[in-house]
Amino acid sequence: MIAQLTKDERQSALVILGVMALIGLTMAIAGHDDPFGVHGAIVLVLATLGVFVMLSGYFAPEPSDERLSRYYDDPAKVGIVLAMVWAVAGMFVGDWVAWLLAFPDLTFDAGWASFGRLRPVHTSGVIFGFGGNALIATSYYVMQRTTRARLPDQVSPWFVLLGYNLFCIIAATGYLMGVTQSKEYAEPEWYADIWLVIVWVVYFVLYLRTLARRKEPHIYVANWYYLAFILVVAMLHIVNNLAVPVSFAGVKSYSLFSGVQDAMTEWWYGHNAVAFFLTSGFLGMMYYFLPIRAGRPIYSYRLSIISFWGITFFYMWAGSHHLHYTALPQWVQTLGMTFSLMLLIPSWASAGNALMTLNGAWHKVRDDAVLRFMMVAAVFYGLTTFEGSFMAIRSVNALSHYTDWTVGHVHAGALGWVAMITFGSIYAVVPMMWKRQAMYSAKLVEAHFWLAVAGTLIYVIAMWNSGIIQGLMWRTYNESGTLAYSFMDSVIAMHPYYIARAVGGLCFLLGTLIGCYNLWMTIRGPVPEIAHDPAHDRPSPAPAAAPALQPGE
Amino acid sequence: MFFNFQYRLERKAIGLVIGIIAVASIGGIVEIAPLFTIHQTVEDAPDMRVYTPLELAGRNIYIREGCYACHSQMIRTLRDEVERYGSYSLAVESKYDHPMLWGSKRTGPDLARIGGKYSDEWHVAHLNNPRDVMAASIMPAYRWLLRNELKTSDLSGHLKAQRAVGVPYTDDMIANATADAYGQATPETPFAEGVVKRYGEATNVRAFDGKPGELTEMDALVAYLQILGRLTDAAKQPATAAATTPAGQPEKKP
Amino acid sequence: MSFAHDTLVWFSKSFGLFYLIGLSVAVMIYACRPSKKQEFDAAANSILTGEDKPWR
Repeated sequence: MIAQLTKDERQSALVILGVMALIGLTMAIAGHDDPFGVHGAIVLVLATLGVFVMLSGYFAPEPSDERLSRYYDDPAKVGIVLAMVWAVAGMFVGDWVAWLLAFPDLTFDAGWASFGRLRPVHTSGVIFGFGGNALIATSYYVMQRTTRARLPDQVSPWFVLLGYNLFCIIAATGYLMGVTQSKEYAEPEWYADIWLVIVWVVYFVLYLRTLARRKEPHIYVANWYYLAFILVVAMLHIVNNLAVPVSFAGVKSYSLFSGVQDAMTEWWYGHNAVAFFLTSGFLGMMYYFLPIRAGRPIYSYRLSIISFWGITFFYMWAGSHHLHYTALPQWVQTLGMTFSLMLLIPSWASAGNALMTLNGAWHKVRDDAVLRFMMVAAVFYGLTTFEGSFMAIRSVNALSHYTDWTVGHVHAGALGWVAMITFGSIYAVVPMMWKRQAMYSAKLVEAHFWLAVAGTLIYVIAMWNSGIIQGLMWRTYNESGTLAYSFMDSVIAMHPYYIARAVGGLCFLLGTLIGCYNLWMTIRGPVPEIAHDPAHDRPSPAPAAAPALQPGE
Repeated sequence: MFFNFQYRLERKAIGLVIGIIAVASIGGIVEIAPLFTIHQTVEDAPDMRVYTPLELAGRNIYIREGCYACHSQMIRTLRDEVERYGSYSLAVESKYDHPMLWGSKRTGPDLARIGGKYSDEWHVAHLNNPRDVMAASIMPAYRWLLRNELKTSDLSGHLKAQRAVGVPYTDDMIANATADAYGQATPETPFAEGVVKRYGEATNVRAFDGKPGELTEMDALVAYLQILGRLTDAAKQPATAAATTPAGQPEKKP
Repeated sequence: MSFAHDTLVWFSKSFGLFYLIGLSVAVMIYACRPSKKQEFDAAANSILTGEDKPWR
């Protein structure tokens, strides 16, 4: 992979890694009696490792200009592999904490192994580790194909991908040490947040630079969704993480906002993380890989544009439905509820658009588990957005909020929609990117599919049951007008559902492991003689000799 | 000619970027901005005090261990919640909470008014191993809290950072943060007087973990739990009104 | 500059509605213009060509 980099690129990579090693060393020394120092050491070790890897390939001959007539897929390939690694890690921890809720002593007598510290490892591991890597990797793939332009350089894609993974590692190891801001889905502390901003700006610029190299005036709609993901996540991330650190050599910081403002900011962030991280980016994935796999254009391109603006607009208002009946002023709650209901329109437009695209290709859906992954994802997307709008209604929320129903809802979206569309896209993209005829085993894809569907259904149904029972028990009165159940009664009633949930999660995890094996065997497997049609082997027009040369010159 | 061509392409991409920002930012701004002027209308609580250094350290342990993932600190304006947990939470009660810990899930019960409901001994036994006091509890055991000595040396810095984000700690409080943290858990020592002097007569000064000689993380966490819902009496007034109007938040006149 | 809370709340309560209507109209006009049909059809089909090389 280093052989693919030019001399200049190798040098700039070394400079970046060297600077990072220095930053790591400084952090390690300054924060030696704090988790900050541990994180410094991690940065130092990883950057030093990077320097050695770079040096090991430094004197390899430079790549020929022939590379410019191909897309640059190395970072996307690594991103796919990293996404699967994080998927296994995040889902393993998730299932572990699920068992902890049924059997709380199934752990070690140590802080790092307790539920409260493992839970964010699960949430960040799957959302940012698995989801984020999948988004970055597929966005590299999609933006090159849709613009028919090679990535503008070979360093910044690596910087974004590996820098992002460094953020994920800092986050996960931090949680184990108890480093957290306590803002849900934004737990990493100030220094990790600053690092992510740097990575994200480079990502954004990379995207724009690639777009600027395109020939077609029109930008394919998948890129809109990816671009909204990048832009709005940056906006949310910066505002929600504004904080004052206690010391520049320590992990702890205090949020700039307090109380009701902080709650509104956090759920403005939290709900839009769902919107722009877990929806927008994955819709981008869907709008590219679903038509490709089905071999048909998207049913209505117009509808995809309308729902794009609808989602971008409506989601921003909906966050306050997380705060119904709280100390948040009622008009804000009402506004959030109203927009949450309207959100159903663009959401169902997207889900419907996906399913209508498959209309007429149902035989393919029947035979191809990869396409079935995408179809089930679209169905779960429709179901979850309906459920979400329903739960945003104040009177429904009175029952559902604080219960396992919310957890069930989130997992219907996360397992049913996000993970399914990701697995479908990965199974679609891997053979194309590694130039194989197909995945190593279609049977294993099939097995993964059914384990994933079964796991999701067991999980979600268990949580619907437990959530509604919980909510009802908390508000049931007996004849004498007093509350009928103690809180402990409701905890005891949850036990069987918590076991069922953990079993469902285990099914899903097993499916993911099968997927990893299949992926590994595909990558390791033999390269076929001719993987693609030579008729399309010509770039149009002829490739430029050097990247710096502009076609107009 | 080429430059025109590229310029047009760029303009399209930039236009898309600007469009996304414009469409996406308005909703958040419109909903959040008025909350920063909310002090003009929300009830004030003149009796409200800030967290003592020991309570703040305890709050940070609460955050560190992820307690907020299973315990909310926000009692909604619903009859059953008010009867189960106490009068509903007011905005003013968390005005010094950087960050807020309202929570989103009740795997365990709400803790907004847990302060004073149970004895210190109960909390210590419960945190050490919840199943010692409640056989069916699914809460993790936090045995290391009694083993770990509390780090107090940097508490002045913590108070200073809190002041930077708007919590009214005085210079006196900041200068004596470490001593006050020690004093609040060691009632027999001269340090204890300073805590009462700076944070008020009603401040709990006790050996929270039952070990008077030692300052453990358990001291801090229990001190924090025992003050939850008791920083101000502002919520006591409307509590009776709420209990009689189920499922309805009295519309706050804007 | 200090806004009165009432003013801000009034603005928040009314502005969203007008903004919503305006934006919906704008998006509908953009997406449903007949002259865009060709561009959109071309875009929808552009990903299916199966070529696997950049144009530069």
